[in-house]
Amino acid sequence: MRGIFVAIPSVESLIDKLTKALKPYFPPGLAPTDQPIIVGIETGGYWIAQAVHQALKPDTDLGRLNITFYRDDFTKIGLHPTVKPSSLPTNIDGKTIILIDDVLYSGRTIRAAMNEIFDYGRPQRIILAILIDRGEREIPIQADIVAETMRLEPDSHIKLDGPVPLQLTVKSNDH
Amino acid sequence: MTTNIQLDENGKLQHFLSIEGLNQQILIEILDTAASFTSVTDRLVKKVPILRGKTVANLFFEASTRTRSTFELAEQRLSADILSLNLDTSATAKGESLLDTIRNLEAMQIDMFVIRHKDSGSAHFFAQHVRPGVSVLNAGDGQHEHPTQAMLDMYTIRHHKQDFSKLRVAIVGDIMHSRVARSQIHALNLLNTAEVRVIAPKTLLPVETASLGVQLYDDLEQGLQDVDVVIMLRLQKERMRGALLPSEKEYFNQFGLTQERLSRAKPDAIVMHPGPANRGVEIESSVMDGSQSVILQQVGFGISVRMAIMSMIVGQSGRIAGE
Repeated sequence: MRGIFVAIPSVESLIDKLTKALKPYFPPGLAPTDQPIIVGIETGGYWIAQAVHQALKPDTDLGRLNITFYRDDFTKIGLHPTVKPSSLPTNIDGKTIILIDDVLYSGRTIRAAMNEIFDYGRPQRIILAILIDRGEREIPIQADIVAETMRLEPDSHIKLDGPVPLQLTVKSNDH
Repeated sequence: MTTNIQLDENGKLQHFLSIEGLNQQILIEILDTAASFTSVTDRLVKKVPILRGKTVANLFFEASTRTRSTFELAEQRLSADILSLNLDTSATAKGESLLDTIRNLEAMQIDMFVIRHKDSGSAHFFAQHVRPGVSVLNAGDGQHEHPTQAMLDMYTIRHHKQDFSKLRVAIVGDIMHSRVARSQIHALNLLNTAEVRVIAPKTLLPVETASLGVQLYDDLEQGLQDVDVVIMLRLQKERMRGALLPSEKEYFNQFGLTQERLSRAKPDAIVMHPGPANRGVEIESSVMDGSQSVILQQVGFGISVRMAIMSMIVGQSGRIAGE
Protein backbone atom coordinates (compact mmCIF):
# COMPACT_ATOMS: atom_id res chain seq x y z
CA MET A 1 0.00 0.00 0.00
CA ARG A 2 1.43 3.28 -1.10
CA GLY A 3 0.22 6.10 1.09
CA ILE A 4 0.03 9.65 -0.12
CA PHE A 5 -0.06 12.33 2.47
CA VAL A 6 -1.55 15.56 1.34
CA ALA A 7 -2.77 18.30 3.60
CA ILE A 8 -6.50 18.38 2.93
CA PRO A 9 -8.06 21.74 3.68
CA SER A 10 -11.48 21.94 5.29
CA VAL A 11 -14.33 22.24 2.82
CA GLU A 12 -15.87 25.05 4.85
CA SER A 13 -12.83 27.28 4.51
CA LEU A 14 -12.70 26.63 0.77
CA ILE A 15 -16.38 27.46 0.37
CA ASP A 16 -15.69 30.71 2.26
CA LYS A 17 -12.93 31.53 -0.18
CA LEU A 18 -15.20 30.89 -3.16
CA THR A 19 -17.99 32.95 -1.66
CA LYS A 20 -15.70 35.92 -1.05
CA ALA A 21 -14.31 35.75 -4.59
CA LEU A 22 -17.83 35.59 -6.06
CA LYS A 23 -19.29 38.40 -3.98
CA PRO A 24 -18.24 41.19 -6.43
CA TYR A 25 -20.52 39.61 -9.05
CA PHE A 26 -23.48 40.51 -6.85
CA PRO A 27 -23.09 44.25 -6.16
CA PRO A 28 -25.79 45.75 -3.95
CA GLY A 29 -28.70 47.23 -5.86
CA LEU A 30 -28.32 44.96 -8.89
CA ALA A 31 -31.77 44.24 -10.33
CA PRO A 32 -32.83 40.59 -9.84
CA THR A 33 -33.05 40.10 -13.62
CA ASP A 34 -29.42 41.21 -14.00
CA GLN A 35 -28.04 38.97 -11.28
CA PRO A 36 -25.91 35.98 -12.21
CA ILE A 37 -27.39 32.50 -11.96
CA ILE A 38 -25.46 30.07 -9.78
CA VAL A 39 -25.37 26.57 -11.30
CA GLY A 40 -23.83 23.49 -9.67
CA ILE A 41 -22.73 20.31 -11.43
CA GLU A 42 -24.17 17.11 -9.91
CA THR A 43 -23.30 15.83 -7.43
CA GLY A 44 -20.35 17.47 -5.63
CA GLY A 45 -20.52 20.74 -7.53
CA TYR A 46 -24.18 21.08 -6.67
CA TRP A 47 -23.47 20.70 -2.93
CA ILE A 48 -20.85 23.44 -3.15
CA ALA A 49 -23.19 25.62 -5.20
CA GLN A 50 -25.90 25.14 -2.57
CA ALA A 51 -23.57 26.41 0.16
CA VAL A 52 -22.41 29.38 -1.93
CA HIS A 53 -26.01 30.22 -2.85
CA GLN A 54 -26.98 30.14 0.81
CA ALA A 55 -24.13 32.45 1.73
CA LEU A 56 -24.64 34.99 -1.05
CA LYS A 57 -28.46 34.88 -1.02
CA PRO A 58 -29.02 36.14 -4.56
CA ASP A 59 -32.55 36.75 -5.88
CA THR A 60 -32.03 34.13 -8.59
CA ASP A 61 -32.75 30.47 -7.84
CA LEU A 62 -30.04 27.84 -7.82
CA GLY A 63 -29.57 25.74 -10.97
CA ARG A 64 -28.55 22.11 -11.25
CA LEU A 65 -26.71 20.38 -14.10
CA ASN A 66 -26.56 16.64 -14.57
CA ILE A 67 -24.10 16.24 -17.42
CA THR A 68 -24.48 12.46 -17.82
CA PHE A 69 -26.16 12.80 -21.22
CA TYR A 70 -23.31 14.99 -22.48
CA ARG A 71 -20.29 13.02 -21.34
CA ASP A 72 -17.79 12.04 -24.02
CA ASP A 73 -17.42 8.64 -22.34
CA PHE A 74 -21.18 8.00 -22.13
CA THR A 75 -21.06 4.70 -24.04
CA LYS A 76 -18.50 3.37 -21.57
CA ILE A 77 -20.06 4.35 -18.30
CA GLY A 78 -23.78 4.56 -19.07
CA LEU A 79 -26.43 6.26 -17.01
CA HIS A 80 -26.81 6.90 -13.32
CA PRO A 81 -30.56 7.18 -12.92
CA THR A 82 -30.20 8.08 -9.24
CA VAL A 83 -28.67 11.45 -10.10
CA LYS A 84 -31.27 14.17 -10.30
CA PRO A 85 -31.99 15.65 -13.74
CA SER A 86 -30.81 19.07 -14.83
CA SER A 87 -32.92 22.09 -14.03
CA LEU A 88 -32.08 25.69 -14.74
CA PRO A 89 -34.31 28.22 -12.99
CA THR A 90 -35.08 30.68 -15.77
CA ASN A 91 -34.40 31.56 -19.37
CA ILE A 92 -30.62 31.97 -19.45
CA ASP A 93 -30.41 34.02 -22.66
CA GLY A 94 -28.16 37.03 -22.06
CA LYS A 95 -27.52 36.06 -18.41
CA THR A 96 -24.29 35.56 -16.51
CA ILE A 97 -23.87 32.01 -15.24
CA ILE A 98 -21.59 31.10 -12.38
CA LEU A 99 -20.75 27.47 -12.98
CA ILE A 100 -19.51 25.62 -9.90
CA ASP A 101 -17.80 22.26 -9.62
CA ASP A 102 -15.86 20.54 -6.86
CA VAL A 103 -12.73 19.33 -8.67
CA LEU A 104 -11.22 20.48 -11.96
CA TYR A 105 -8.98 17.85 -13.53
CA SER A 106 -9.12 16.80 -17.22
CA GLY A 107 -11.61 19.57 -18.09
CA ARG A 108 -14.00 17.16 -19.82
CA THR A 109 -16.78 17.63 -17.28
CA ILE A 110 -16.74 21.38 -17.87
CA ARG A 111 -16.78 20.93 -21.62
CA ALA A 112 -19.86 18.68 -21.26
CA ALA A 113 -21.48 21.17 -18.88
CA MET A 114 -20.99 24.05 -21.31
CA ASN A 115 -22.43 22.00 -24.16
CA GLU A 116 -25.49 21.36 -22.05
CA ILE A 117 -25.83 25.01 -20.98
CA PHE A 118 -25.92 26.11 -24.60
CA ASP A 119 -28.85 23.76 -25.22
CA TYR A 120 -30.80 25.86 -22.74
CA GLY A 121 -29.98 29.17 -24.40
CA ARG A 122 -27.18 31.66 -25.06
CA PRO A 123 -25.74 33.07 -21.85
CA GLN A 124 -23.90 36.37 -22.06
CA ARG A 125 -21.05 34.98 -19.97
CA ILE A 126 -20.03 31.87 -18.04
CA ILE A 127 -17.74 32.15 -15.01
CA LEU A 128 -16.16 28.94 -13.80
CA ALA A 129 -15.61 28.62 -10.05
CA ILE A 130 -13.83 25.54 -8.70
CA LEU A 131 -13.16 24.26 -5.20
CA ILE A 132 -10.00 22.33 -6.06
CA ASP A 133 -7.90 22.57 -9.21
CA ARG A 134 -5.63 19.55 -9.41
CA GLY A 135 -4.12 20.44 -12.79
CA GLU A 136 -3.34 17.84 -15.50
CA ARG A 137 -5.79 19.30 -18.04
CA GLU A 138 -6.51 17.28 -21.20
CA ILE A 139 -8.33 20.09 -23.00
CA PRO A 140 -7.81 23.86 -22.88
CA ILE A 141 -10.28 24.83 -20.15
CA GLN A 142 -9.33 27.03 -17.19
CA ALA A 143 -11.25 28.23 -14.16
CA ASP A 144 -11.88 31.91 -13.37
CA ILE A 145 -11.94 31.32 -9.63
CA VAL A 146 -10.11 28.57 -7.75
CA ALA A 147 -10.29 28.10 -3.98
CA GLU A 148 -7.30 25.75 -3.77
CA THR A 149 -4.70 24.28 -6.11
CA MET A 150 -3.35 20.80 -5.38
CA ARG A 151 -0.83 18.54 -7.08
CA LEU A 152 -1.60 14.85 -6.76
CA GLU A 153 -0.11 11.67 -8.12
CA PRO A 154 -1.70 10.85 -11.50
CA ASP A 155 -3.25 7.61 -10.21
CA SER A 156 -4.81 9.15 -7.13
CA HIS A 157 -8.36 10.42 -6.72
CA ILE A 158 -9.79 13.32 -4.80
CA LYS A 159 -13.42 13.04 -3.92
CA LEU A 160 -15.99 15.19 -2.18
CA ASP A 161 -18.33 13.26 0.11
CA GLY A 162 -21.60 14.77 1.25
CA PRO A 163 -24.03 16.37 1.40
CA VAL A 164 -23.72 16.43 5.20
CA PRO A 165 -20.97 16.76 6.24
CA LEU A 166 -18.99 17.87 3.22
CA GLN A 167 -15.58 16.25 3.31
CA LEU A 168 -12.67 15.82 0.93
CA THR A 169 -10.79 12.55 0.73
CA VAL A 170 -7.72 11.65 -1.30
CA LYS A 171 -7.19 8.04 -2.32
CA SER A 172 -4.39 6.46 -4.24
CA ASN A 173 -5.03 3.51 -6.52
CA ASP A 174 -2.82 0.48 -6.00
CA HIS A 175 -1.64 -1.26 -9.10
CA MET B 1 -38.50 -20.13 -25.18
CA THR B 2 -36.86 -17.22 -23.42
CA THR B 3 -33.29 -17.48 -24.45
CA ASN B 4 -32.18 -14.36 -22.68
CA ILE B 5 -30.33 -12.60 -25.43
CA GLN B 6 -31.76 -9.34 -24.09
CA LEU B 7 -29.10 -9.17 -21.39
CA ASP B 8 -25.34 -9.28 -21.64
CA GLU B 9 -23.09 -11.32 -19.36
CA ASN B 10 -23.25 -8.54 -16.75
CA GLY B 11 -27.05 -8.58 -16.74
CA LYS B 12 -27.32 -5.29 -18.62
CA LEU B 13 -29.72 -4.54 -21.42
CA GLN B 14 -28.44 -5.12 -24.95
CA HIS B 15 -31.74 -5.74 -26.78
CA PHE B 16 -35.28 -4.91 -25.66
CA LEU B 17 -37.53 -7.69 -26.91
CA SER B 18 -39.95 -8.74 -24.19
CA ILE B 19 -40.77 -7.96 -20.59
CA GLU B 20 -40.70 -11.68 -19.93
CA GLY B 21 -37.09 -12.50 -19.13
CA LEU B 22 -36.27 -9.13 -17.59
CA ASN B 23 -36.04 -8.45 -13.88
CA GLN B 24 -37.46 -5.89 -11.47
CA GLN B 25 -34.19 -4.00 -11.21
CA ILE B 26 -34.06 -3.29 -14.94
CA LEU B 27 -37.70 -2.23 -15.03
CA ILE B 28 -37.14 0.23 -12.19
CA GLU B 29 -33.98 1.53 -13.83
CA ILE B 30 -35.98 2.22 -17.00
CA LEU B 31 -38.65 4.11 -15.04
CA ASP B 32 -36.07 6.17 -13.11
CA THR B 33 -34.09 6.99 -16.24
CA ALA B 34 -37.24 8.01 -18.10
CA ALA B 35 -38.00 10.46 -15.29
CA SER B 36 -34.70 12.22 -15.88
CA PHE B 37 -35.49 12.57 -19.59
CA THR B 38 -38.76 14.41 -19.04
CA SER B 39 -36.86 17.64 -18.34
CA VAL B 40 -35.23 17.56 -21.81
CA THR B 41 -38.51 18.62 -23.41
CA ASP B 42 -38.63 21.81 -21.32
CA ARG B 43 -35.55 23.24 -22.94
CA LEU B 44 -34.76 25.47 -25.89
CA VAL B 45 -32.92 22.62 -27.62
CA LYS B 46 -34.94 19.46 -26.99
CA LYS B 47 -32.02 17.18 -27.68
CA VAL B 48 -29.20 15.40 -25.89
CA PRO B 49 -26.20 13.94 -27.73
CA ILE B 50 -26.42 10.34 -26.49
CA LEU B 51 -27.09 8.75 -29.91
CA ARG B 52 -25.09 11.30 -31.91
CA GLY B 53 -23.43 9.59 -34.84
CA LYS B 54 -25.57 6.46 -34.45
CA THR B 55 -28.14 5.36 -37.01
CA VAL B 56 -31.46 3.87 -35.97
CA ALA B 57 -33.72 2.10 -38.46
CA ASN B 58 -37.43 1.88 -37.73
CA LEU B 59 -38.79 -1.14 -39.55
CA PHE B 60 -42.56 -1.22 -39.53
CA PHE B 61 -43.90 -4.32 -41.23
CA GLU B 62 -47.28 -3.37 -39.76
CA ALA B 63 -48.99 0.00 -39.65
CA SER B 64 -48.48 2.23 -36.60
CA THR B 65 -48.95 5.89 -35.86
CA ARG B 66 -48.34 6.47 -32.16
CA THR B 67 -45.59 3.95 -31.52
CA ARG B 68 -43.72 4.87 -34.66
CA SER B 69 -43.92 8.62 -34.21
CA THR B 70 -42.94 8.50 -30.53
CA PHE B 71 -40.02 6.19 -31.35
CA GLU B 72 -38.91 8.63 -34.06
CA LEU B 73 -39.17 11.61 -31.72
CA ALA B 74 -37.30 9.75 -28.99
CA GLU B 75 -34.50 8.92 -31.44
CA GLN B 76 -34.33 12.49 -32.70
CA ARG B 77 -34.21 13.88 -29.16
CA LEU B 78 -31.25 11.57 -28.55
CA SER B 79 -29.59 13.04 -31.70
CA ALA B 80 -29.66 9.83 -33.74
CA ASP B 81 -29.80 9.72 -37.51
CA ILE B 82 -32.93 7.84 -38.40
CA LEU B 83 -34.31 5.80 -41.23
CA SER B 84 -37.97 4.82 -41.17
CA LEU B 85 -39.20 2.13 -43.49
CA ASN B 86 -42.75 1.10 -44.10
CA LEU B 87 -42.01 -2.46 -45.13
CA ASP B 88 -45.47 -3.80 -45.74
CA THR B 89 -45.36 -1.86 -49.00
CA SER B 90 -41.65 -2.31 -49.68
CA ALA B 91 -39.13 -5.02 -50.55
CA THR B 92 -40.77 -7.75 -48.48
CA ALA B 93 -43.89 -7.37 -50.56
CA LYS B 94 -41.68 -8.26 -53.49
CA GLY B 95 -40.69 -11.52 -51.78
CA GLU B 96 -37.45 -10.66 -49.99
CA SER B 97 -36.93 -12.79 -46.88
CA LEU B 98 -36.58 -11.25 -43.42
CA LEU B 99 -32.99 -12.46 -43.23
CA ASP B 100 -32.10 -10.77 -46.52
CA THR B 101 -33.72 -7.56 -45.28
CA ILE B 102 -31.51 -7.73 -42.16
CA ARG B 103 -28.35 -8.31 -44.21
CA ASN B 104 -29.11 -5.42 -46.55
CA LEU B 105 -29.78 -3.01 -43.71
CA GLU B 106 -26.66 -4.13 -41.89
CA ALA B 107 -24.68 -3.24 -44.98
CA MET B 108 -25.95 0.32 -44.39
CA GLN B 109 -24.19 0.39 -40.97
CA ILE B 110 -27.31 0.60 -38.83
CA ASP B 111 -26.59 0.58 -35.07
CA MET B 112 -30.07 -0.08 -33.75
CA PHE B 113 -33.25 -1.57 -35.15
CA VAL B 114 -36.77 -0.86 -33.99
CA ILE B 115 -39.04 -3.51 -35.43
CA ARG B 116 -42.76 -4.14 -35.60
CA HIS B 117 -43.91 -7.28 -37.34
CA LYS B 118 -47.09 -9.35 -37.56
CA ASP B 119 -45.29 -12.57 -36.55
CA SER B 120 -44.75 -13.41 -32.89
CA GLY B 121 -41.05 -13.88 -32.17
CA SER B 122 -39.87 -11.81 -35.12
CA ALA B 123 -37.93 -9.36 -32.94
CA HIS B 124 -36.12 -12.27 -31.25
CA PHE B 125 -35.33 -13.70 -34.66
CA PHE B 126 -33.94 -10.34 -35.72
CA ALA B 127 -31.83 -10.03 -32.58
CA GLN B 128 -30.37 -13.50 -33.08
CA HIS B 129 -29.18 -12.59 -36.56
CA VAL B 130 -27.75 -9.11 -36.24
CA ARG B 131 -24.03 -8.53 -35.79
CA PRO B 132 -22.63 -8.19 -32.26
CA GLY B 133 -22.97 -4.62 -31.04
CA VAL B 134 -26.15 -4.02 -33.05
CA SER B 135 -29.29 -3.77 -30.92
CA VAL B 136 -32.93 -4.63 -31.58
CA LEU B 137 -36.00 -3.12 -29.93
CA ASN B 138 -39.39 -4.77 -30.23
CA ALA B 139 -42.16 -2.34 -31.20
CA GLY B 140 -44.76 -5.11 -31.24
CA ASP B 141 -44.49 -8.68 -32.54
CA GLY B 142 -47.70 -10.45 -33.50
CA GLN B 143 -49.66 -11.47 -30.43
CA HIS B 144 -46.53 -11.92 -28.33
CA GLU B 145 -45.30 -8.68 -26.70
CA HIS B 146 -45.18 -4.90 -27.00
CA PRO B 147 -42.69 -4.15 -24.23
CA THR B 148 -42.10 -0.40 -24.71
CA GLN B 149 -45.87 0.17 -24.53
CA ALA B 150 -46.00 -1.78 -21.26
CA MET B 151 -43.13 0.31 -19.84
CA LEU B 152 -44.80 3.61 -20.70
CA ASP B 153 -47.95 2.27 -19.06
CA MET B 154 -45.96 1.37 -15.93
CA TYR B 155 -44.45 4.86 -15.98
CA THR B 156 -47.94 6.39 -16.18
CA ILE B 157 -49.18 4.24 -13.31
CA ARG B 158 -46.18 5.07 -11.13
CA HIS B 159 -46.54 8.77 -11.97
CA HIS B 160 -50.07 8.76 -10.54
CA LYS B 161 -50.02 5.99 -7.95
CA GLN B 162 -46.37 5.47 -6.88
CA ASP B 163 -46.36 2.16 -5.03
CA PHE B 164 -47.34 -0.88 -7.13
CA SER B 165 -47.54 -3.17 -4.10
CA LYS B 166 -50.69 -1.36 -2.97
CA LEU B 167 -52.49 -1.36 -6.32
CA ARG B 168 -55.32 -3.26 -7.89
CA VAL B 169 -55.06 -3.03 -11.67
CA ALA B 170 -57.70 -4.20 -14.16
CA ILE B 171 -56.96 -4.91 -17.82
CA VAL B 172 -60.17 -4.96 -19.81
CA GLY B 173 -60.96 -6.26 -23.27
CA ASP B 174 -59.50 -8.31 -26.05
CA ILE B 175 -56.82 -10.15 -24.06
CA MET B 176 -56.51 -12.94 -26.58
CA HIS B 177 -55.20 -10.78 -29.41
CA SER B 178 -53.32 -8.32 -27.23
CA ARG B 179 -49.52 -8.26 -27.14
CA VAL B 180 -49.92 -5.15 -24.97
CA ALA B 181 -51.80 -7.09 -22.29
CA ARG B 182 -49.20 -9.84 -22.22
CA SER B 183 -46.38 -7.35 -21.69
CA GLN B 184 -48.37 -5.41 -19.12
CA ILE B 185 -49.13 -8.52 -17.05
CA HIS B 186 -45.45 -9.50 -16.95
CA ALA B 187 -44.43 -5.96 -16.00
CA LEU B 188 -47.09 -5.59 -13.31
CA ASN B 189 -46.02 -8.92 -11.83
CA LEU B 190 -42.34 -7.98 -11.83
CA LEU B 191 -43.17 -4.72 -10.08
CA ASN B 192 -45.04 -6.62 -7.33
CA THR B 193 -48.51 -5.28 -8.09
CA ALA B 194 -50.89 -6.35 -5.32
CA GLU B 195 -53.59 -7.64 -7.69
CA VAL B 196 -53.88 -7.86 -11.46
CA ARG B 197 -57.33 -8.53 -12.88
CA VAL B 198 -58.13 -9.45 -16.42
CA ILE B 199 -61.67 -8.76 -17.58
CA ALA B 200 -62.89 -10.12 -20.91
CA PRO B 201 -65.64 -12.08 -22.62
CA LYS B 202 -64.88 -15.79 -22.29
CA THR B 203 -64.25 -16.04 -26.04
CA LEU B 204 -61.46 -13.42 -25.87
CA LEU B 205 -59.77 -14.82 -22.79
CA PRO B 206 -57.04 -17.36 -23.55
CA VAL B 207 -56.97 -20.16 -20.96
CA GLU B 208 -53.23 -19.83 -20.31
CA THR B 209 -53.77 -16.32 -18.88
CA ALA B 210 -54.61 -17.87 -15.51
CA SER B 211 -51.10 -19.28 -15.28
CA LEU B 212 -49.72 -15.73 -15.20
CA GLY B 213 -51.11 -15.29 -11.70
CA VAL B 214 -53.96 -12.93 -12.53
CA GLN B 215 -57.60 -12.93 -11.44
CA LEU B 216 -60.02 -13.65 -14.28
CA TYR B 217 -63.40 -11.95 -14.62
CA ASP B 218 -66.00 -12.19 -17.37
CA ASP B 219 -68.20 -9.55 -15.76
CA LEU B 220 -67.00 -5.97 -16.14
CA GLU B 221 -68.88 -4.51 -13.19
CA GLN B 222 -67.61 -7.14 -10.78
CA GLY B 223 -64.09 -6.84 -12.10
CA LEU B 224 -63.95 -3.05 -11.73
CA GLN B 225 -64.92 -3.12 -8.07
CA ASP B 226 -62.39 -1.05 -6.05
CA VAL B 227 -59.60 -1.01 -8.63
CA ASP B 228 -57.01 1.80 -8.74
CA VAL B 229 -56.17 1.54 -12.43
CA VAL B 230 -58.34 0.59 -15.41
CA ILE B 231 -56.50 -0.28 -18.61
CA MET B 232 -58.79 -0.58 -21.62
CA LEU B 233 -57.63 -2.52 -24.67
CA ARG B 234 -58.62 -1.93 -28.26
CA LEU B 235 -60.98 -4.40 -29.85
CA GLN B 236 -58.73 -5.68 -32.61
CA LYS B 237 -61.18 -6.08 -35.43
CA GLU B 238 -58.43 -6.79 -37.96
CA ARG B 239 -57.24 -9.81 -35.98
CA MET B 240 -60.63 -11.35 -35.36
CA ARG B 241 -61.22 -14.65 -37.02
CA GLY B 242 -64.62 -16.26 -36.97
CA ALA B 243 -67.49 -15.37 -34.71
CA LEU B 244 -65.85 -14.50 -31.42
CA LEU B 245 -68.27 -11.66 -30.81
CA PRO B 246 -71.88 -11.11 -31.80
CA SER B 247 -71.44 -7.41 -32.71
CA GLU B 248 -69.63 -4.24 -31.65
CA LYS B 249 -72.83 -2.89 -30.19
CA GLU B 250 -73.29 -6.02 -28.13
CA TYR B 251 -69.67 -5.78 -26.98
CA PHE B 252 -70.17 -2.20 -25.84
CA ASN B 253 -73.33 -3.19 -23.98
CA GLN B 254 -71.40 -5.74 -21.94
CA PHE B 255 -67.78 -4.60 -21.89
CA GLY B 256 -67.75 -0.93 -22.88
CA LEU B 257 -66.42 1.37 -20.18
CA THR B 258 -69.11 3.88 -19.25
CA GLN B 259 -69.06 6.55 -16.57
CA GLU B 260 -71.52 4.52 -14.55
CA ARG B 261 -69.43 1.36 -14.67
CA LEU B 262 -66.29 3.32 -13.85
CA SER B 263 -67.94 4.48 -10.62
CA ARG B 264 -67.40 0.93 -9.29
CA ALA B 265 -63.67 1.57 -9.26
CA LYS B 266 -62.03 3.72 -6.59
CA PRO B 267 -63.00 7.41 -6.91
CA ASP B 268 -59.42 8.38 -7.82
CA ALA B 269 -58.90 5.50 -10.27
CA ILE B 270 -57.16 6.37 -13.53
CA VAL B 271 -58.29 5.20 -16.97
CA MET B 272 -55.68 4.19 -19.55
CA HIS B 273 -55.78 3.02 -23.16
CA PRO B 274 -52.80 2.19 -25.41
CA GLY B 275 -54.65 3.60 -28.42
CA PRO B 276 -55.99 3.80 -30.98
CA ALA B 277 -59.33 3.69 -29.17
CA ASN B 278 -62.63 2.76 -30.75
CA ARG B 279 -64.97 5.32 -29.22
CA GLY B 280 -68.31 3.78 -28.46
CA VAL B 281 -66.97 0.21 -28.78
CA GLU B 282 -64.67 -0.46 -25.82
CA ILE B 283 -64.88 2.99 -24.22
CA GLU B 284 -67.51 5.70 -24.04
CA SER B 285 -66.42 9.10 -25.40
CA SER B 286 -67.21 10.90 -22.17
CA VAL B 287 -64.92 8.54 -20.19
CA MET B 288 -62.14 8.86 -22.72
CA ASP B 289 -62.24 12.66 -22.48
CA GLY B 290 -63.13 12.65 -18.78
CA SER B 291 -61.18 13.79 -15.75
CA GLN B 292 -59.99 10.28 -14.83
CA SER B 293 -58.53 9.62 -18.26
CA VAL B 294 -54.72 9.80 -18.58
CA ILE B 295 -54.70 8.51 -22.16
CA LEU B 296 -53.01 11.53 -23.74
CA GLN B 297 -50.43 11.68 -20.96
CA GLN B 298 -49.46 8.11 -21.86
CA VAL B 299 -48.49 9.27 -25.34
CA GLY B 300 -46.14 11.96 -24.00
CA PHE B 301 -44.55 9.61 -21.47
CA GLY B 302 -43.94 7.19 -24.35
CA ILE B 303 -41.21 9.47 -25.67
CA SER B 304 -39.24 9.66 -22.38
CA VAL B 305 -39.58 5.93 -21.77
CA ARG B 306 -38.30 5.07 -25.24
CA MET B 307 -35.42 7.52 -24.81
CA ALA B 308 -34.55 5.81 -21.54
CA ILE B 309 -34.52 2.31 -23.01
CA MET B 310 -32.39 3.31 -25.99
CA SER B 311 -29.92 5.19 -23.77
CA MET B 312 -29.55 2.24 -21.43
CA ILE B 313 -28.79 -0.02 -24.39
CA VAL B 314 -26.19 2.35 -25.83
CA GLY B 315 -24.69 3.07 -22.41
CA GLN B 316 -24.14 -0.65 -21.92
CA SER B 317 -23.21 -1.88 -25.36
CA GLY B 318 -20.18 0.38 -25.55
CA ARG B 319 -18.92 -1.12 -22.32
CA ILE B 320 -18.84 -4.57 -23.86
CA ALA B 321 -17.22 -3.46 -27.06
CA GLY B 322 -14.74 -1.52 -24.95
CA GLU B 323 -14.86 1.49 -27.21
